[in-house]
Amino acid sequence: MKTAPQFFRHGPGPFARLFVFILLSCLLIAEDLRFRYFPELRQTIGIVIFPLQKVAYLPTNIYDQIEELFASLYLLEENIKLRQQYLEDREQLLTLHTLQTENEHLRQLLGAVQYIETNTEAKAVLADILYTPRDPFNHKITLNKGHYHGVQLGQPVIDDKGIIGQITQLYPWSAEVTLLIDKNHSVPVQVLRNSLRSVVTGTGKKDELELRYLSVSTDIQQGDMLVTSGIGGVYPTGIPVAIVQRIERDPVDDFVQIISKPIAGVDRNRQVLVLSLVQPSPSNSIEMPEIESQKN
Amino acid sequence: MNRKKTETKKLDPGEYFKQDIYIAPSGRYITFSLIIALILNFLPFPQHVLLFRPDFVALTLMYWSVNHPHKIGMSVAFVMGLLMDVGNTGILGQHALAYCVVIYLTLVLGRRLRIFNLFQQAPQISLVLLVMQIVIVLIAVLGGSRLPGWSYFSATATATLLWVPLSALLNAPLKQKSDPNAL
Repeated sequence: MKTAPQFFRHGPGPFARLFVFILLSCLLIAEDLRFRYFPELRQTIGIVIFPLQKVAYLPTNIYDQIEELFASLYLLEENIKLRQQYLEDREQLLTLHTLQTENEHLRQLLGAVQYIETNTEAKAVLADILYTPRDPFNHKITLNKGHYHGVQLGQPVIDDKGIIGQITQLYPWSAEVTLLIDKNHSVPVQVLRNSLRSVVTGTGKKDELELRYLSVSTDIQQGDMLVTSGIGGVYPTGIPVAIVQRIERDPVDDFVQIISKPIAGVDRNRQVLVLSLVQPSPSNSIEMPEIESQKN
Repeated sequence: MNRKKTETKKLDPGEYFKQDIYIAPSGRYITFSLIIALILNFLPFPQHVLLFRPDFVALTLMYWSVNHPHKIGMSVAFVMGLLMDVGNTGILGQHALAYCVVIYLTLVLGRRLRIFNLFQQAPQISLVLLVMQIVIVLIAVLGGSRLPGWSYFSATATATLLWVPLSALLNAPLKQKSDPNAL
């Protein structure tokens, strides 16, 4: 590199420039972690990079289409299988209906409060996972459906086995899902065996969820299934969340340490279902990550 | 690049004519390469592959900053970092700060880096990448994440391996097809 005379040097030196940019980034980091005054900033950048993400998704898209082409050869077989499955499911659904009416009658007899009728505004949307972050800090995924497709903030996201997470950031054509395992994400659950209610929280580790603040004498066993309790009005009732894997009862601690494993393929799926909200856009039940982090 | 050429000229004037002449990259070419790098970073992969995925944007920024420091500044790195942050669903400013540090380090080390050939550059590049990853980890920890395992730094290893092919690839279109006997 030629050493130019001082007179012709453009701008400040590298360190001064670095200093300015460090200041600028620190401001942004503080804004993003604490204040969140300008959510539009992230929105705008999100719109800018959307075409790039779409292009990056193209190879997967082509692969899917080729796979579909081969799958169509076995369409007849699959159709028969699906029809059989449908009939089986149909039978179960009919029993469910009778059980539901029976339950309602029994509740009436007992004088219990009727279930609150909930009408849903947003409908369920099938979405593809567009992007999974590269570093281990962000337990979030980006879906290829956004505000434009009718996705709303706070909607729960499931796969065929159970809950994956919740929509926490919305862009016009894509949406961000905070996964169950994220440190700032909690789901109200109950134990299927004995209807014990609790809240399951992510640990930030892969395949690990935590049940906090349960006393040592709590009736909980290894292998217990945790399903959503429906309290809070975000998640519908009875969707599988996790299975209790490890229980550590340390007499020193007041609380028992319960580690559970999510049932849904939190980081394995390509297609997920965005469920409709139980109550149409409740004002206080959307569990935003920053509120949760303050609680913890 | 310049330094290398002048040195070989001193050593052997005959060699100089055999050496390839490279034209300066246009702004459009640099932008194009950065966009491709960003798309490569956004490619969806299974989780275990993600661990080894090198940061193509950081590598491309470093290549331009080392070889053509006047063509690319910290502001470009900052903007690329912001795009990366939103795409990565991370803390806004995390990659932006890390990329600025990368550019600073390559600006400081650039003159000595250019003395070495690509294979000798690679280990030194890995040090800069390591610093970048440490910056990213520090900001993530500040945001409340837990420390990742050592395996997190395996991305630096793959990025280091990629330095030579990537540099050759980025440089290839800049080679001028000139006949030394034309004069």
